[in-house]
Amino acid sequence: MGMTMTQKILAAHAGLPSVEAGQLIEADLDLVLGNDVTTPVAIHEMEKFKTDKVFDKDKIAMVLDHFTPNKDIKSAEHCKCVREYADAQEITNFFDVGEMGIEHALLPEKGLIVAGETCIGADSHTCTYGALGAFSTGVGSTDMAAGMATGKAWFKVPSAIQFVLTGKPKKWVSGKDVILHIIGLIGVDGALYKSMEFVGDGIANLSMDDRFTMANMAIEAGAKNGIFPVDDKTIAYMKEHSKKEYKVYEADEDAVYDEVYTIDLSALEPTVAFPHLPENTKPISQVPDIAIDQVVIGSCTNGRIEDLRIAAEVLKGRHCAKGLRVIVIPATQAIYLQAMEEGLLKIFVEAGAVVSTPTCGPCLGGHMGILAAGEKAVATTNRNFVGRMGHVDSEIYLASPAVAAASAVTGKISCPCQLEN
Amino acid sequence: MKAHGTVHKYGDNVDTDVIIPARYLNSSDPAELAKNCMEDIDKDFVKRVKPGDIMVANKNFGCGSSREHAPIAIKASGISCVIAETFARIFYRNAINIGLPIIECPEAAKGIDAGDEVEIDFDSGMIYNRTKGTEFKGQAFPPFMQEIIKAEGLVNYINNK
Repeated sequence: MGMTMTQKILAAHAGLPSVEAGQLIEADLDLVLGNDVTTPVAIHEMEKFKTDKVFDKDKIAMVLDHFTPNKDIKSAEHCKCVREYADAQEITNFFDVGEMGIEHALLPEKGLIVAGETCIGADSHTCTYGALGAFSTGVGSTDMAAGMATGKAWFKVPSAIQFVLTGKPKKWVSGKDVILHIIGLIGVDGALYKSMEFVGDGIANLSMDDRFTMANMAIEAGAKNGIFPVDDKTIAYMKEHSKKEYKVYEADEDAVYDEVYTIDLSALEPTVAFPHLPENTKPISQVPDIAIDQVVIGSCTNGRIEDLRIAAEVLKGRHCAKGLRVIVIPATQAIYLQAMEEGLLKIFVEAGAVVSTPTCGPCLGGHMGILAAGEKAVATTNRNFVGRMGHVDSEIYLASPAVAAASAVTGKISCPCQLEN
Repeated sequence: MKAHGTVHKYGDNVDTDVIIPARYLNSSDPAELAKNCMEDIDKDFVKRVKPGDIMVANKNFGCGSSREHAPIAIKASGISCVIAETFARIFYRNAINIGLPIIECPEAAKGIDAGDEVEIDFDSGMIYNRTKGTEFKGQAFPPFMQEIIKAEGLVNYINNK
């Protein structure tokens, strides 16, 4: 029986000629990731292992991104714990304030993960690197510790759902709208335990940043991973960012999929997910007037340079609505610098937005933009669960950077196409 | 091994943000996390919960963030087992890895209500609703996962290998 792309990568890393859905395997890991929230728990677990050394100091990444720059004393203690451990273990890829960015934007940018590799990360959005044609998935801190100690992880080989993407997205429609549309279609557990494998000629019309956004939100459909085939854009990205050798895996022609969905990208509208689940989606044309209090443009989902360019295109020469707080968060230092050089930060500040240092901050209700009871936000982030960005009686509407920027101008959920010139 | 306790019942898609909100993730101490467990969907849970109690929910329990703090908080609050129609995959791994017993059983999830007295026999996978006089067979773990559970978590399992 043929294998899916994910199954082929897993088989190769388990040293097996083939694997099938449901099989339990142990796979070699090329990268193990943790952040300032999950790594302290993993370090505590590491102390229980017989070994006191990590398996490979070059294959572990620790990124202090969630509650940094330290939001309070307890967070500072967590970061200190990770910092001291990384120092003692001589972890090569430890990223602290000044070098750090939001982990899932940072690792591909630094070239730490490439096509054909396997990665686990103690952060659910680790599935982002599927955009590069890698197998990567989120785990908890104990799995992270086991990965750090042994360089291996156990997996139940997933079956897959195939998404055949065709056509070209219209103006103002991005990868965020495609993935929100898909989650709306299949639900927040629509791909539970499964791979989401994206194929089709429409992929050529999606930038790498679009693909990172889509793979990033595979977890919001419950998926184990989301994965894209490797094409010219992927190879160009990897050559620009990494010196690592990549390996291209393709699904067998006779691979079996649990379900196949065909999605015409040209038919999609900008899409918004209403509270309190990412599956509560509506095309922008069906969104009523909803006044908002805050806009967040950033996160591991949408804090990359293209996201900022689109937001700036909308905000240029315009001003944020009175009484609205608009927070822009470039995902990494490199993106911050590039946005500065391209004049995007000036556009944001002149429009009345604030620009923050890279942090996960408001996305998970950590800091830098917490909502009060009754407040509503449009955010380019990934989750709109109850209380995710602050008070349990606040509301989050998930959208693309284009919609978030247009909403910043009008003060209500809006499409850039509705703005007057 | 057996569990016996009163049921705390929840619906679909209970996410790890409501199990333990991120504002409390600046701590990794189980006892401290337990103080705020379920706060955003059930603010009286911590007052009500007694050691040995059982949590029952519908589909996709534990979706969202990979925070292991979620099963840690549930375990430290005194819950002896979580029964759900389905679990989100990261929560499923985390629960096994830290030794929080979980059982997937759609029939039990439907047939058990809040406040019911439930007994679980982990060796047979049987779930007995003592209040309603009904019983359900939970899905058995694959042998590999049973070994992790027997070792009381992934770390011991790897150390014993």
